[in-house]
Amino acid sequence: MMGRLIRDLILPKLDRGRLGLLADSAVLSEIAGQIAYTTDSFVVSPIFFPGGNIGSLAVHGTCNDLACSAARPLFLSLGLILEEGLEIGQLEAILQSVATAADQAGVEIVTGDTKVVPRGSADGIFINTSGIGRIESPTGVSPDRIEEGDEILVSGPVGNHGMAVMLSRAEFSFDFELESDSASIWPVVERLLELGPGLKFLRDPTRGGLAATLNEIASLTGKGVTVDESAIPIDRPVMAAAEMLGIDPLLAANEGKIVAVVAGGLGGSSLDLLRDCPLAQGAAVIGQVNSGPPARVVMNTRIGGSRVVAEPSGELLPRIC
Amino acid sequence: MSENQESRTARTLAREIRDFSRMTTGALRFMEVCGTHTMAIHSAGLRKLFPDNLTLVSGPGCPVCVTEKSFIDQAMLTARQYDACLVTFGDLVRVPGSFGSLATLRSEGGRVRVVYSPMQAVNIAAEEAPRPVVFLGVGFETTTPTVAVTLTKALSEGVRNLFVLSAFKTIHPPLKLISAQKDLDGFLLPGHVSAILGSDCYTYLAEEFHKGGVVAGFEPLDILLALRDLVRMTVEHDFQIINDYRRVVRPEGNPAARSVVEEVFEPSDASWRGLGVIPGSGLAFKGPYARFDAAVHLPVEVPLTKDDPRCKCAAILTGSITPDRCGLFGRECTPEDPVGPCMVSSEGTCAAYYKYGVN
Repeated sequence: MMGRLIRDLILPKLDRGRLGLLADSAVLSEIAGQIAYTTDSFVVSPIFFPGGNIGSLAVHGTCNDLACSAARPLFLSLGLILEEGLEIGQLEAILQSVATAADQAGVEIVTGDTKVVPRGSADGIFINTSGIGRIESPTGVSPDRIEEGDEILVSGPVGNHGMAVMLSRAEFSFDFELESDSASIWPVVERLLELGPGLKFLRDPTRGGLAATLNEIASLTGKGVTVDESAIPIDRPVMAAAEMLGIDPLLAANEGKIVAVVAGGLGGSSLDLLRDCPLAQGAAVIGQVNSGPPARVVMNTRIGGSRVVAEPSGELLPRIC
Repeated sequence: MSENQESRTARTLAREIRDFSRMTTGALRFMEVCGTHTMAIHSAGLRKLFPDNLTLVSGPGCPVCVTEKSFIDQAMLTARQYDACLVTFGDLVRVPGSFGSLATLRSEGGRVRVVYSPMQAVNIAAEEAPRPVVFLGVGFETTTPTVAVTLTKALSEGVRNLFVLSAFKTIHPPLKLISAQKDLDGFLLPGHVSAILGSDCYTYLAEEFHKGGVVAGFEPLDILLALRDLVRMTVEHDFQIINDYRRVVRPEGNPAARSVVEEVFEPSDASWRGLGVIPGSGLAFKGPYARFDAAVHLPVEVPLTKDDPRCKCAAILTGSITPDRCGLFGRECTPEDPVGPCMVSSEGTCAAYYKYGVN
C-alpha cells in the first residue's frame, strides 16, 4: 500500500531524476564550495491556508533557512508523517504544492520517507524537510560582523503569513482576503550578495515576527536597535485585521520575507539592488544598529513618541473587553 | 488624516498640554480608568511627550486584572470535576491560579476553547453536548450586553448544557470609591464602556468630587486631545465631564444594550482584586436566567486562595504605585512567567510597562 502511494502519487509529482531511483541514499554530485545544511519540521494548522499549505511552506521554510546563511538552496529531503484517514485529495494537493514550490525555488527533492500513523497520532500531516545549499558569500554573514551605524532593512510588508493563518483558524469572515506571503526568498538574497562584505547578517522573521528578529539582532550583538514605526511596511488589510483582532503585526510570522543588516550608508544601494525583484516589492530601510540601550529594540512611534519593542512571548492571543 | 498631519496635530496637542500644565506649580495626577487606554498610551510612546509634572496612573479598568485568583481556581475545578468544556476570551488563558492556569489545564487534555465573541459559546455548546460548556464571564459593560444577548438566545433555544461563571463587573461603584479616596485630579474615562453607558452618567465626578473627566478614544490623537482637555479644566478649576469620543459615545449611551443586560442580570456584590468586595459592583443572574449560573448548577469547593504577598497588583490597580516599584517586576514576574494578572493580561499595566519599556 505504501508502495502504491509512492509509485502512483508521490513519484509522478516529485521525481526530477534522483527521487525515482528510490535508492537508500541520494548520491549527489560534488558541490564546489562550502555546504550549508538545515532541517525544519512543519506542523502548521490549518494545513491549508490562503496563499499556501503545509507542503509549499515546508519547501519555502527550509530554502529560506539556507538563504539566510547566504547559501543557494540545491537539494531537499522530504519526510512525510501521515495520519491514517488523511484524504487522498488533500495529500495530492499538498504534494502538488511541494512540487511547484520546489521547481520555482530551483531545488530538487532527492530523497524522502513516508510513514502512516494511526488516527489521532498526528494532526492530518506533519512534514520534515532538510536542505543542502552552497554558500555564495565569500565573507559569510554573521552577527559578529554587525557594527554601530549598520542599517536594517526588510524585504517587504510584514505580518501577512501570521495574520492569514490566524484568520483562517478563527470563525469570522472579512470582506478582504489575507494571503500568506510564503515564498522562497533566495532571489532576494542573491541580489543582496552583490553588496559583498557590506552584507552583514540575514534572518527570516518567522515565528515571533519582525519583533523577534529585531530582538535577536539586539541580543546577539549586545547593541541597541532603533526602528521607525512609519518606515515599517505593513499592508493595509493586515493592519486592519490586526487592529480588529488586537494583535501587533510586528509579532505575526512571515514566510516570504528577509531582514538584512547592511553596512551604514548601504541602505539606499540595497534598495536599488532589490528594485526589480518581484519578491522584494515594498522593501524598506526601517532602522539601524546604534548606541541606544544595549540589547534593546526601541521604536520611534508614528506620532513622535517612543517605546520598546519587546521580545515576543508565547502564542498570539486575542484581547478581552 | 495623513501621517504628516497626524504627527503635526500630535505635536500641537502635546505643546498645548505642556502650556496648560505650566499654569500650575503642583503635580497633575490623572487616572486612566481603562486598561485599553494604558496599552494605547504605552504603545504610542506618548509618555515621552508629557511634561514632568503630569502623571498618569492606571486604574482598575482591566477586567482580567481585577478578577480574583479564586475565579481561575473555580473554573479549573469546575472543568475537572464535571469534565466541562471551558469557553473563554483569550486573555484569561495564561493568568495564574493557585494550581496553574487554563493553559496548564489545556496541556493536561482539558477542554479550553478561546473565542472572540460570547455568541460562539452557543455553537460550542451544541458541538459539545451533552458535556457542560462553561463560559468564563469576565468583562465590564462593553462585554455584558453581548453575553446577555447570547443568553436570551440560549434560553429561547432551550440550550441545556451552557453555563456562565460570572465575574462580570460594573465601572461606577469602583469609580465612586476611588474618587472619594484618591489623591487624583481627574479621570481619562473609558471609551467603549462609555459607548454603552453614555457620557452623561459621570457627572457625579465633577459635582460630588470636584474632579474632571474626559471620555477618550484610543487613537494616539484621541488620547492627546482628551489629556489636553483634562489638564485645561483642572488648572482652570473648571471641573466637568467632556466627551472627546463623540464618534462612538453618545450622551445617553446605548439604552438598548443596557436594557438587555437588565433583563438577564441584576447587581450583586463582587470581589475586586486590590479593592476587596464592592457592593453592587457585580452581576448575578435574574429570573429564568438563573439556570445558566455555573456556580449554582456546577458547584465546586474552592480552597482559600493565597495571593503571593510580594505581588503588588492590588496597589498597581488602584494607582498607588507603578509596576517598577513591585519587587517582582521583571524578575520573578515576566510575561513568560507571570505571578499576577497585571503582567499577563493584554491590558495589564505591568505588561504595558514591560513590553514598552517604560523607564
